[in-house]
Amino acid sequence: MGFDIIVIGGGHAGVEAAAVAARMGARVALVSFSRDTIGAMSCNPAIGGLGKGHLVKEVDAFDGLIAQAADDAAIHYRMLNASKGAAVQGPRIQADRSRFRASIHRQIAATPNLVIIEGEAAALRFAKGGDRIIAGLDLTDGSVIDAKAVILATGTFLGGKLFRGEERLTGGRIDENSALVLAKQVRAAGLPMARLKTGTPPRLDGRTIDWAKLEAQPSDNGDWTMSAMTKRRRLPQLFCAMTRTNMQTHAIIRSGLDRSPLFGGAIQGQGPRYCPSIEDKIFRFGDREGHQVFLEPEGLDSHLIYPNGISTSLPTDIQLAMIRSMPGLSSAEMIVPGYAVEYDYIDPRALDRTLAVRGFEGLYCAGQINGTTGYEEAAAQGLVAGMGAAAKILGRDFPALDRSNSYIAVMVDDLVLHGVTEPYRMLTARAEYRLRLRADNAGTRLTPLAIAAGAVCSVRRDAFERRSEQKTALRMVLNTEVGAEALVAAGAEVKRDSGKMPLFDWLRFPTLSIDMLVSVSNGDVSRGTQAWPTDIMAELEQDGRYAPYVERQASELRDLAANEKIALPVGLNYAAIAGLSNEMVEKLDSARPETLAAAGRIRGITPAALATILVHAKRAAVHRRAA
Amino acid sequence: MDNADTIFALSSGAPPAAIAVVRISGPKAFAVTQALAGPLPPPRRASLRTLSDQNGLVLDQALVLVFPGPMTATGEDLAELHLHGGKAVVRGIESALLATSEVRRAEAGEFTRRAFANGRIDLNEAEGLADLLSAETEWQRRAAVHMAGGAFSKAVEQWREAILSLSAAVEALLDFSDEDDVSAENNLYITDRCIALHGVITHYLKLPAAEKLREGLRVVIAGPPNSGKSTLLNALVSREAAIVSDIAGTTRDLIDVPVAFGGIAFVLTDTAGLRGVTEDVIEGIGIQRAEAAIEQADILLWLGAEGCSPLHPHMFEIAAKSDDFTSASKSAAAITLSAKTGFGISDLILHLTDAAQVLLPPPDSFAINARQRALLFDTAQSISQASVAADPLVVAEELRQARLALDVLTGRASTEDMLDTLFGRFCIGK
Repeated sequence: MGFDIIVIGGGHAGVEAAAVAARMGARVALVSFSRDTIGAMSCNPAIGGLGKGHLVKEVDAFDGLIAQAADDAAIHYRMLNASKGAAVQGPRIQADRSRFRASIHRQIAATPNLVIIEGEAAALRFAKGGDRIIAGLDLTDGSVIDAKAVILATGTFLGGKLFRGEERLTGGRIDENSALVLAKQVRAAGLPMARLKTGTPPRLDGRTIDWAKLEAQPSDNGDWTMSAMTKRRRLPQLFCAMTRTNMQTHAIIRSGLDRSPLFGGAIQGQGPRYCPSIEDKIFRFGDREGHQVFLEPEGLDSHLIYPNGISTSLPTDIQLAMIRSMPGLSSAEMIVPGYAVEYDYIDPRALDRTLAVRGFEGLYCAGQINGTTGYEEAAAQGLVAGMGAAAKILGRDFPALDRSNSYIAVMVDDLVLHGVTEPYRMLTARAEYRLRLRADNAGTRLTPLAIAAGAVCSVRRDAFERRSEQKTALRMVLNTEVGAEALVAAGAEVKRDSGKMPLFDWLRFPTLSIDMLVSVSNGDVSRGTQAWPTDIMAELEQDGRYAPYVERQASELRDLAANEKIALPVGLNYAAIAGLSNEMVEKLDSARPETLAAAGRIRGITPAALATILVHAKRAAVHRRAA
Repeated sequence: MDNADTIFALSSGAPPAAIAVVRISGPKAFAVTQALAGPLPPPRRASLRTLSDQNGLVLDQALVLVFPGPMTATGEDLAELHLHGGKAVVRGIESALLATSEVRRAEAGEFTRRAFANGRIDLNEAEGLADLLSAETEWQRRAAVHMAGGAFSKAVEQWREAILSLSAAVEALLDFSDEDDVSAENNLYITDRCIALHGVITHYLKLPAAEKLREGLRVVIAGPPNSGKSTLLNALVSREAAIVSDIAGTTRDLIDVPVAFGGIAFVLTDTAGLRGVTEDVIEGIGIQRAEAAIEQADILLWLGAEGCSPLHPHMFEIAAKSDDFTSASKSAAAITLSAKTGFGISDLILHLTDAAQVLLPPPDSFAINARQRALLFDTAQSISQASVAADPLVVAEELRQARLALDVLTGRASTEDMLDTLFGRFCIGK
């Protein structure tokens, strides 16, 4: 069997990698233990959230799968930060697990050039005479697949180990094999690896919860969807509910700490600070009187409830006692107890910005294997690795993603420069230029790049182009100059002596809505009273709101762009540069920044050090030219 | 300029002096020292050595110290020769060093530049050191010592931490608003804390500028024509710096004379006499310049009629010509003097040095130079904007700009630091 690209793993990273490479025209094989688990949600039944919602929208802008699958499975919509500026609003949905998986299967089946192969990866194949050039993959059943590139999207399945109280299990998810053989080979290839930890809460039987005692959280009544291609919400909407831990819960948890693998020293890997286990929360923030727990339904046809906020690896008996101490859960039944997973990850500083492993030809890593957490982070990396591998094989340019145009690039840049010390999760705070990186303008920002890369199907491309035309037309309308008098006459609260300026500039006053401004202009423009699509109105309104701040960042971005143009040689010998501290040399050696701008983003690299690196790089370039 | 070079310089004052210290820094520092002094002493131990040139001619008996890099002032191998401070001795050693062909003379400030390039000092400390090296008065020296000691960097670090903590509070609100540990209570004090921090930084911005220490306080002598301004200037500097005559309008341009009183640098400026109308175009221009000088003056000495001076926060009424009984006297508050007899001149100097206590950075504090002032101004501006913004996104953006400005001062990147602060304070996670 011959392919261009093999993707190992059918999780959120794997399916996006396989699908985008296939959309671009590469021949792709997706290798998974079992066809059934492709597209499975292994933890929280939710997609999106703060920062994560941005990633979903950005993957969607590249015609990815996750947003449409989320819409196909959404049983609860909530816009986080709805009262705050659009740049930090985070769309999130609760997903019906089985419908989500079904949607992924449907989308994969509809993708040409993409074949699913059931099997266990045994070993990477390298080209004859080049032990670092990928030639394909051996499966444990003895079959061989030829390919020019392999994308590892194996999640926690590399050397995964499960912990629950005194119990130990091998595997990534409960009831599945861990890709031990492959893990050994990846170790043997000399990739820098370390261990991280994550966890999941117990699952409850919804029929044993006293819902009447709990505060309900309904789905919002808006009409937004995750994907730009989804017209409307389809499924019936369910409630979530909230309960809290209390002092009794905390006493029960403390009584079990000595049996916790986290505190007994059995788990070495670092867990995430923003998603700590409940025992961690009690231990680190002992003064808090309670922690909220969200009870999230897992599906329309399922009784399973996911209690968000109590991820734990305590022994099963303690877990049950802890749950029953909370309001509404006094007679709750636990269907699957929670557990912690410790797993191998590859230090992402070994990767370049297309997530290719440096020093290999055709080897890529995407998703949790790179030390991240979350479906959205995984999906976005799958997209990057898939595009990276396909662009390389098809001889195309990799899309120009950078920190000023996407969360995707912020994440990849953070990973490949800083590495991780805990599972990496996207936060809006990580994006310096987040005022321009909104969930609602993801298409505007990225779909043109996606079209240029050949990653977008014609249906979406046509839809995008139609929308762009409308948006340009409305933007023209906003060039209309209107005086304060006219606005006052229309009932707006502005000072009469504020003068005359384009409607777009008036948008910076938070009290002026775009609907009002457009209606004021209607007398002056040929388009008359045409109704504009609400999503375009909303996007331009937000463009105008923050325009002064976005403009102010222009000089910062110019500096960034200038320094991004200064490439640093891959083989630069940092140890030979006088004046760099050992710590700096170690960091630069591990991350191998591709540009001067990237070097400047590494923690602890001072402007003086940058100047020295620049001088050295230039001198090296002169020597090479002379030689 | 290449850091691979080994450099040397006379690091003490100009000879002749009791001792003269020659410093050698760079990869060949120890080799050339050995060539002159023979076997090297143990690191950081002063030892007496006989220095001789290539031909074996004895040059001096000197204390020799070697400091192996990188833990040295320049971050490189560093040697010090403590010589007898005669001109001939110093010249002889310099010639012997150059004769090795392994070293060259350091350019001005090159030792500091290397210390900075090698990460031994940060930019603020480098600037402090530069000021220290060029410090000419006692006050300049003390302030420079303070900056080089990192007092300013310490203050900046405190402000940086305050801003990081504010950023963490806002970012928690933005990224974790659905967490119950992140409640509205966190938001409550952001405005107040911004205002307080703005006050602190503004206080430092209002402090006198570092340049004043180096350039001197501007003392402008002003008054109507023929009121004795030039005579006073000459009396203060004890020489004929300005032409004095009885003809009104003799001084037409500004005359600047640098002078030190009590270890403090001043620049005295004599101006054209102020009068409403003059036929003389050149004198007219002189009067305009005088008015401009008064505006920029740190201290104004007014020789005109009492109460008629231009508005100035540090103005002294001078009753000059106290020897001349036809001259109008002033009330008790004025300084009475006679430039001719010297009466009252020392009293005036005392007033000037007293005023300097207020106008100059206090000697036990640090002074902020123009570059640092501009960045701190940006920081303060952003914090002030953050304190009035209602939209937390804008507050966060302004605080990010404030961090950016401080990061330029200290050369650090802060997003990760801010996240550390955030996760340290809040119990976050579901």
